[in-house]
Amino acid sequence: MEKRKKLPPFKILSTTAILGYGFPLSSFKKGLSKKPDLIAADAGSTDPGPYYLGSGKSFTNRTAVKRDLRLMIKAGVERHIPVVIGSAGGSGARPHLDWCLEIVREIAREEKLHFKLGIVQADVKKEAVLKALKEGKISPLPFVPPLTRKVIEDSENIVAQMGVEPFIKLLKAGAQVIVAGRSYDPAVFAALPISRGYDPGLALHLGKILECAAIAATPGSGSDCAFGTLEEDSFVLEALSPERKFTPQSAAAHTLYEKSDPYHLPGPGGSIDLTGCQFEDLGQGRVRVTGSKFVPSDGYWLKLEGVRLAGYRSISVAGVRDPVMIGKIDEILKAVEVKVRNILGKDSEGSRLYFHVYGKNGVMGELEPVKKTKSHELGIVIEVIGPTQTEADAVLALTRSVLLHYGYEGRIATAGNLAFPFSPSDVAMGKVYEFSIYHLMQVSDPAFFPVKTEKL
Amino acid sequence: MKNGAKRSILKVARVIRSKNSGPYELTLDIMFKDRRDYELFKKRKLITASRIASLYGVDKSEVLKIIYFEPSQAIKITLKRKIASGTPGDTDIYGAQQHAPLLNLKF
Repeated sequence: MEKRKKLPPFKILSTTAILGYGFPLSSFKKGLSKKPDLIAADAGSTDPGPYYLGSGKSFTNRTAVKRDLRLMIKAGVERHIPVVIGSAGGSGARPHLDWCLEIVREIAREEKLHFKLGIVQADVKKEAVLKALKEGKISPLPFVPPLTRKVIEDSENIVAQMGVEPFIKLLKAGAQVIVAGRSYDPAVFAALPISRGYDPGLALHLGKILECAAIAATPGSGSDCAFGTLEEDSFVLEALSPERKFTPQSAAAHTLYEKSDPYHLPGPGGSIDLTGCQFEDLGQGRVRVTGSKFVPSDGYWLKLEGVRLAGYRSISVAGVRDPVMIGKIDEILKAVEVKVRNILGKDSEGSRLYFHVYGKNGVMGELEPVKKTKSHELGIVIEVIGPTQTEADAVLALTRSVLLHYGYEGRIATAGNLAFPFSPSDVAMGKVYEFSIYHLMQVSDPAFFPVKTEKL
Repeated sequence: MKNGAKRSILKVARVIRSKNSGPYELTLDIMFKDRRDYELFKKRKLITASRIASLYGVDKSEVLKIIYFEPSQAIKITLKRKIASGTPGDTDIYGAQQHAPLLNLKF
């Protein structure tokens, strides 16, 4: 057998935990001085909740995203280093991708940069999901209700987290800057090295850590760069600012973050198995990681995300200081709802009413083990979700006024039950979305996501 | 420990936290300062699904997994979210403030 040439170290500069969270120029420059083979950042998360995917808006700030992108693209294009961005606009559906692409084109014009831009869409058509459902190629994740035809039809902006394949396709087509829709976080870091023959387990595990940039260092920061060097049998992590370093403990601890099983990290096409993983201190704030394995799954599964409109929200914020009222708060709120529903009858049927009672169980809700509050004051957020904004506003206004003047038994303060910090007291919050799809879908071609290139 | 007096988890934990693991799960981490304490918890199986279920007042079936993670000398517990992140009625979109019942653990 012909002896294979040993792979050279592959160096990756991860700029920031989420595109738009920023990074110090000094760290970025230090990263560039190490001559990286790739500059990448992940831009997405489902953490801020379902609203952003549904509304097509980014949860990051445009000016901040433009600042990060300008530095990355300018450095990458001038030095011929590929720049790869995943989960554009935070949620990675078409409107988010377009939002990010507009920023990239603006930067190219303003900086007079010319390059080949690669674009990947992550949107999945409802018909494709319906077809997969019919063919038994949909599988729910734990605690997620089974998918139905109705749920798919009601959902908006369905996306799939892409793996490395579409990125590899575009890199092979000569794309210098890639902006992709919803992506599996490590994919932007792992695609290029995997295409060059590096071990996918190590490449993906490195990507899993770099996608949070310096969060996995100590002290952690989401607004600082991290540097990874991938070798044939290991990878090395290092921080780029003098105030932080990677330690075996910081790197290992990161593996726990936002995951249910730190030994097995599932992703498109398989999972990263960390049961044999070792973290070794190399000194000078560097850590070497070995033993991460990629285990392909039976069939290629992608994670789908989708949301549906749940209604329109209106809220009012108020405080209660009266000890008699605090002592009876649960029965008072129950009675107020009954009264409101009696007055509005059919007009309140489609609306849901929630009292978030801070100082009692506003944070933990049903999970709150402390049943009796000792608090001398309570904060109440009255929340109504109605089928239209008008209906939500109406139910909220009545609930607020009924609660304000409700004559509960033993009441001694008869001028009003609530302290409002603001005038106006009511706020119309607009559309409310909820997650409706969080399922796996089996696909035959992992690179089925539509890709295109554009000359800038 | 003398006389069987119980110790607080706060004496031995470095980190106790909660966070979403996707919109449908809540994941809790207990990281130990000292490996000996981690080993003690592991050996004596001090964190079990029933113990977590009773701390949070949920059914045992809502505790998805409990994993002892060697590289971080940590215990990870994953629960079902009562309400998916951001669904009407939710109280904590990121799930970042659901760890307090763990602070009452004694052993």
